[in-house]
Amino acid sequence: MVKPIRITRNALKFRDEVLKTPGGENLLKCYACGACTAGCPVREVEERYNPRRIIRMVLLGMKDEVLRSDFIWLCSTCHTCSERCPQGVHLSSIMRALKNIAVREGIVHPSFALQAKTIREHGKLYEIEDFDNKKRARMGLPELEKKCPDLEILFSSGALKNIK
Amino acid sequence: MNLDNVMNRYALFLGCTIPVRGQNYELSTRKVAEALGMEFLHIPNFSCCGYPMSSLDQETAELLAARNLALAEKEGADICAICTACTGVLTETAKELAYNEEKRGKINDHLKDLGLAYRGGVKVKHFARILYEDVGLEKIASKITRRLEGLRIAPHYGCHFLKPREIYEGFDSPENPHTLDDLIEVTGAVSVNYMNKMRCCGGAVLAVDENLALKITKEKLDQIRELGVDAICLICPFCSVMYESNQKKIETTFETKYEIPVLYLPQILGLAMGMDPKDLGLNMNRVRPKTLLEKLGVGV
Repeated sequence: MVKPIRITRNALKFRDEVLKTPGGENLLKCYACGACTAGCPVREVEERYNPRRIIRMVLLGMKDEVLRSDFIWLCSTCHTCSERCPQGVHLSSIMRALKNIAVREGIVHPSFALQAKTIREHGKLYEIEDFDNKKRARMGLPELEKKCPDLEILFSSGALKNIK
Repeated sequence: MNLDNVMNRYALFLGCTIPVRGQNYELSTRKVAEALGMEFLHIPNFSCCGYPMSSLDQETAELLAARNLALAEKEGADICAICTACTGVLTETAKELAYNEEKRGKINDHLKDLGLAYRGGVKVKHFARILYEDVGLEKIASKITRRLEGLRIAPHYGCHFLKPREIYEGFDSPENPHTLDDLIEVTGAVSVNYMNKMRCCGGAVLAVDENLALKITKEKLDQIRELGVDAICLICPFCSVMYESNQKKIETTFETKYEIPVLYLPQILGLAMGMDPKDLGLNMNRVRPKTLLEKLGVGV
């Protein structure tokens, strides 16, 4: 049996928050045609991920169900949905906004947290070590800096300041 | 036409993956650019472009991108990126900051702490776009000394080279593009069309759900195997991680066999320009392009 949900004013705050984010402006225009879902490479191989359903859940204000689900982290950011949407709903931006909201609520996927930590410490997703620079020199490629202290400063004041 | 007058001064933006996992891409890019009269400025303290952080916090991603743009601007250079994800976030941020003064002001409040400022004047382009738009097929054709006649190549554009369309000034169609096909065909090789040519490599979800990501990659490899091509051609290091570095893993996981060489566009162009395979880093390609090179009559 389908479980009924209660739509409260509070729930609609979540919808409105998404509406206000860049790319989310046209969310209310979604008429659930499913073009996003039909062209989604993730949906093709994984039933858990259903873009049309995610939009409905946001419109109904199902904040916890959306933010606490693992599917928000599965968007491949290929932008095919945004490209094909006949109503101008920029779904890949909405998925980005949902993840950003989750982070502000303290929900961070561990693999992204690890990426943030590595980038903050080393400036890049993969650490450059002496070994890499030596190898690069042998190939005639220029040396790269191993650390990037600037990023520690940039991270320390923003939404990711607690990710260490 | 004198190339010096039309070409901008470009800093080569390597990003995270290329310096440690895609030196063959960097080597071949530099060789081909040099042969076409392009010089790259080296900025050793470019950081991550910011793209991976957009999933967590868009503002942090933009700050990282803006810092990189400011470093290029300080040197009076535009940016040539060779990773499509880097191209995406740097282009998006450059476009936004070129006209949004309020946002630029906020970003500069942070950059000030690093002794930097961004005035909004840097342009970002992917190397393949520069080759197509600024260098031109005619100039490339004039450098071809070893035509790749008889080779059949499957192009893989990747997602961020052309999407979202709003940031790329319509230089090619996101759904039915031709830029990469044209750059392949200028060598004399055939660029093979196929269903789901524009399908994503799956790379962005590799760290979240490896099996799911590999399934996405497998779908395309299955299709390409049926085409009987000599290689896949791509323009992004993370697409290469999926189709090349993980090809063996997909073969083992799903009990199948591909052995399809994966070459970066500049490796293909460099071969057609008569360059030595080793100078193009082809000895570093994991799926050995032995048969392909034999067809051309060159050894590895």
